[in-house]
Amino acid sequence: MKIPYYPGCTLKSTAKHFENSAIASAKALDIEFIELPKWNCCGVVTPLAEDDIMHHVAPVRNMIRVLEMNKAGTVSNEKRLLTLCSMCFNTLKRSSLRVKEKIDDLDILNDFMYKEEDYDGSVEIVHFLEILKENGFDKINKKVKKSLKDLKVAPYYGCMLLRPKDIGLDDPERPTIFEELLSALNAPPVDWRAKNKCCGSFLTLENKETVAKLGHDILTNAQKSGADMIITSCPLCAFNLDNRQKIIKKIHPEFETIPVLYFTQLMAIAFGLDKELIGLDKNFINPIPLLESKGLL
Amino acid sequence: MKMKENMVTVYIMGEAYDVPDSSTIITAMEYAGFQLTTGIGCREGFCGACATIYREKGDYKLKGALACQTVVTDGMTLAQIPFMPSEKPIYNLQEITADINTVKELFPTIFRCVSCNTCTKACPQDIEVMDYIQALKKGNIAEAADISFDCIRCGLCALRCPAEIVQYNAATLARRLYGRYLAKKSPEVDESIKEIEDGKYDKELDDLTKMDRKTLSEKYYSRETKLR
Ligand code: SF4
Ligand code: SF4
Repeated sequence: MKIPYYPGCTLKSTAKHFENSAIASAKALDIEFIELPKWNCCGVVTPLAEDDIMHHVAPVRNMIRVLEMNKAGTVSNEKRLLTLCSMCFNTLKRSSLRVKEKIDDLDILNDFMYKEEDYDGSVEIVHFLEILKENGFDKINKKVKKSLKDLKVAPYYGCMLLRPKDIGLDDPERPTIFEELLSALNAPPVDWRAKNKCCGSFLTLENKETVAKLGHDILTNAQKSGADMIITSCPLCAFNLDNRQKIIKKIHPEFETIPVLYFTQLMAIAFGLDKELIGLDKNFINPIPLLESKGLL
Repeated sequence: MKMKENMVTVYIMGEAYDVPDSSTIITAMEYAGFQLTTGIGCREGFCGACATIYREKGDYKLKGALACQTVVTDGMTLAQIPFMPSEKPIYNLQEITADINTVKELFPTIFRCVSCNTCTKACPQDIEVMDYIQALKKGNIAEAADISFDCIRCGLCALRCPAEIVQYNAATLARRLYGRYLAKKSPEVDESIKEIEDGKYDKELDDLTKMDRKTLSEKYYSRETKLR
């Protein structure tokens, strides 16, 4: 299966290990990501104001690229655009739905574009998790070479995969998609309260302490629930939960650090893929001792 | 007898002037009596000093151009942008790294880009300006340097940008970083530098500086053919 793929800026810089491990795990499942030949930033946050049309230019232009790919034959009749970063997923999906509902806005946007062809509202934004589910978790299970049965993993959803309800890819209160994936990897999912609690998001720029407080709540809840590690699909959540452990440790000296991985890194570990592609040296809290102690490296 | 030239009317900062239809914007302005002391440079499309904005009759588009490279059309209305105020961070190239962190630190404004592509539309060099800004956002210095290679720093992109980004300064940073850290080292450069230091070209340079304008000009225009 070939599917148009939107990486987003972070996956090309600080979260390169997310992209690498995702592409490699997908390949193991015969899913090929075809990166948009040209793409721009997703816009990062969806403007909610009724009269803000400008900020939909960026998402819509990326959707036009999907039409162009279909026309050029790079993919065949595949108008779904795959995302990995939860934030990109949320931003692009919100815009895709808004311009579908508000045809007048779409007309203005099309008029504004330059050499691009008109957008017709036909692109559907999907997350890799949805494609994995559609492809069948049983197929994932068949690819597992290293069983994660001794690893207790707390799946962290955050906000962007789940909220608002019509954007979310699962039940916003009781999501299960990560748990299904973990079960397919033979990893016992940890059930915990803070899995869809906000990590503080962009507050991390202006108010590190608040983010550290939120992070401390989330991480200690995972630990109390028995988790050895946390997985996520959002580079911003990853930053707040992983890199911010430095400040958390400063504020709470008794705090014990806990590794935070992208879910695709965990897949790549279970599939026994190349170390280079998993990129465990890029995670802030070193997960290698834990993984070694479980015989996974 | 010289053929009578066809005249067109152009509006320079709102005033109508009749000028020959073969004029560039620069020569049209001079024909109209303007004495250009700024907003003019090489007259060859290289220096980027003569940025101009204009509209053509019957077209809503506000276009950007180099005045020395653009021929006037009837009904054109124009104004020169002889100088573009811009923010310019100071950095020591030896002390920075060729990655996203440098971009974030020196040009935080590029993260305000809304991907409207207005800069690309404005660029007289047909550079995909938005694409090099996007490349920088991804930390891809080499790509930004490559896309922006023909930038002449005319300032038109920055003038039109709704996010008030100074694209060309960011592009200059990318090309400097590329040259300093990423470009493949070529031994020829070191050899050439040594030759220069050893005075191999001193005499030639001396001769050039003593040449009269006409000989120099002839030499200049025949240089490409001689090189190949
Ligand atoms: S990129 Fe900007 S400064 Fe450079 S040539 Fe184009 S418009 Fe002028
Ligand atoms: S004009 Fe400014 S905001 Fe628009 S694409 Fe160019 S850099 Fe981005």
